[in-house]
Amino acid sequence: MITAFIQRAVVQGIPLLFGSTGEILTEKSGNLNLGIPGIMYVGGISGVIGAFLYEQSLTSPAEINTLLAVLIPTLSCIAGSLLAGLIYSFLTITLRANQNVTGLALTTFGVGFGNFFGGSLIKLSGSDMPSIALTATSNCFRKTLPFADNLGWFGEIFLSYSFLAYTAIIIALVSSYVLNHTRVGLQLRAVGESPTTADAAGINVGAYKYIATCIGSVIAGLGGLYYVMDYACGVWSNDGFGDRGWLAIALVIFAVWKPSVSILGSILFGGLFIIHNYIPNLTVAAQELFKMLPYVVTIAVLLIVSMRKRRESQPPESLGQSYFREDR
Amino acid sequence: MSKKETTVREPYFHIVKRTSIPWWKAWTIRILAVVAALVVSGLITVLLTGEDPFKVYGTMIGGSFGTPRRIWGMAQNLAMLLCVSLAVTPAFKMKFWNIGAEGQVLIGALATTACMIKLGDSLPTPVLFAVMIVSSIICAGIWAMIPAYCRAKWNTNETLFTLMMNYIAIQLVSYFSYEWSVPKGSGQIGVINSASQAGWMPAILGKPYLANILIVAVLTVLMYIYLNYSKQGYEIQIVGESENTARYIGLNIKKVIIRTMLLSGALCGIAGLLLVSGTDHTLTRNLAGGRGFTAIMVAWLAKFNPFYMILTSFLIVFLQKGATEISTIFALNNSFSDIITGIIIFFIIGSEFFVNYSIKFRENAKEDAK
Repeated sequence: MITAFIQRAVVQGIPLLFGSTGEILTEKSGNLNLGIPGIMYVGGISGVIGAFLYEQSLTSPAEINTLLAVLIPTLSCIAGSLLAGLIYSFLTITLRANQNVTGLALTTFGVGFGNFFGGSLIKLSGSDMPSIALTATSNCFRKTLPFADNLGWFGEIFLSYSFLAYTAIIIALVSSYVLNHTRVGLQLRAVGESPTTADAAGINVGAYKYIATCIGSVIAGLGGLYYVMDYACGVWSNDGFGDRGWLAIALVIFAVWKPSVSILGSILFGGLFIIHNYIPNLTVAAQELFKMLPYVVTIAVLLIVSMRKRRESQPPESLGQSYFREDR
Repeated sequence: MSKKETTVREPYFHIVKRTSIPWWKAWTIRILAVVAALVVSGLITVLLTGEDPFKVYGTMIGGSFGTPRRIWGMAQNLAMLLCVSLAVTPAFKMKFWNIGAEGQVLIGALATTACMIKLGDSLPTPVLFAVMIVSSIICAGIWAMIPAYCRAKWNTNETLFTLMMNYIAIQLVSYFSYEWSVPKGSGQIGVINSASQAGWMPAILGKPYLANILIVAVLTVLMYIYLNYSKQGYEIQIVGESENTARYIGLNIKKVIIRTMLLSGALCGIAGLLLVSGTDHTLTRNLAGGRGFTAIMVAWLAKFNPFYMILTSFLIVFLQKGATEISTIFALNNSFSDIITGIIIFFIIGSEFFVNYSIKFRENAKEDAK
């Protein structure tokens, strides 16, 4: 039961890990992208559209090519979330629009985009499928290591996931390394802390902000793809992704802007997200109270961080502000 | 080195912040943005439905104004969105990014619902209304004050704090939806006091929503006066423009922040009260319906002027109603309205750049080769 719980927690946590790693990179450049929940929807549905078109082009599900079935949705997911990230970057960096308003608009747009195509894809493409169930594609995404089942609890906790889950952890580790141990990471952090100083030092502030925000969006979009293809077994249901995007933003705070911390944090959040299913004798009403746990924990971390005022664990100094060179 | 190589290369254009812009020019830019947005969303609609664009816009107008019933429904929606927008305005003017209006509205609604369910049958109507108003204002006010206090005391990031508070409020509402559900265990409160109609906003002149609309109209005028002609409104503006200036002239910034958020929260509470008592007569976790977030865009697009907010919230409500109508008629998913809203807001946000900045092209490209 404990192993099953941990395993479910990890599966729940992976989309959050994608989202929060993306958001950390974005916030490190000084952009508070509140469009992440929308971008994750866009990423998910773009992957679904790619997979849907691919499956439609086949005569029977049996002749599916594993490589193409994985590659096409992944690439269309990356393209979709990259476009969403570009909209945000163009508005906030080039046009210096307010980040909160832009982000919220992008979330409205992205969630609408996901639900719209999720609900209308079948009608628009004129196919005769009753609902979007991309089982064949999902099976390709859900392939796990063949020997994991033979290793008991160890296999179940550590080796039972699909490749996207390990990708999430690798991306988080790489991000952590790049942020803390490379010149690019140092310059990125400088842009987020004080763009004026960075600009004076000859760093191209705009380029860093653009690239960090776009890469962040793509990573977050993969979270949406993982949710649809792996967690939901290829079945798109409107609003199925729920508030996980906001939870990913909460996780950024919980992890005090460190991707490596957010790996463990995501598993913890995943656990808190489903813990109500594992506590015996809970009434339905009490379950609803348990569902607020991740948010309560986040607020506690936010409060403690702001009270202790340790310099390493503060949000980036210029978070949420547009940079205009001629401003004083 | 030859002389040519030493010439300074100047960029082809650079961006300058405008000091001022004539109002007509600013509004031309904004109207152009709205028109461009309508053209783009029209194109998208045509691509998806294959219909004549004018017919599509006709459908949108019909969906909003087709029948008196629709006009009332739209006016009611407009009033509620406007009410939440008014609520978030003072805090935003102070550059306090309260994105927790959704939760504050829900808490106000929850307090109202509690009064209606628990006291509905035992109190006379005027007393019941007084209790409802006081409790929704106090509960939502305190809910909003918690992040404000932490921001004032420890400089806690208010955007993230208020965002998290939304979900706690949503889960609290879910919890009470099960506690008070009718029938037990269904998770739905259902119509409250459907027989006695205790705590229901009375219909004025036979129009059920008129009371809500009138209350919001009064609030709009009051908020305009408060922001522009009161000492507190002026203090809010100073703190928003520059905290250092505020400190220099001896303003108690902490007090201003907490007081303003209390006001914001209280107004959200009233919005919750109006939603439960005036329109829905029930409480669900989707009661606020994203208005807390949309209101931020409405207030920002209107430059925090309550009267402009009538226009911007009308624009948003009209688009949502119209797009819903399109999706019903052409059998598309009703999230279509969110896409259209998003596009329009992108365009308006983008157009603000051209209002605030001007692009100066290099004047004479040949001259600097000398």
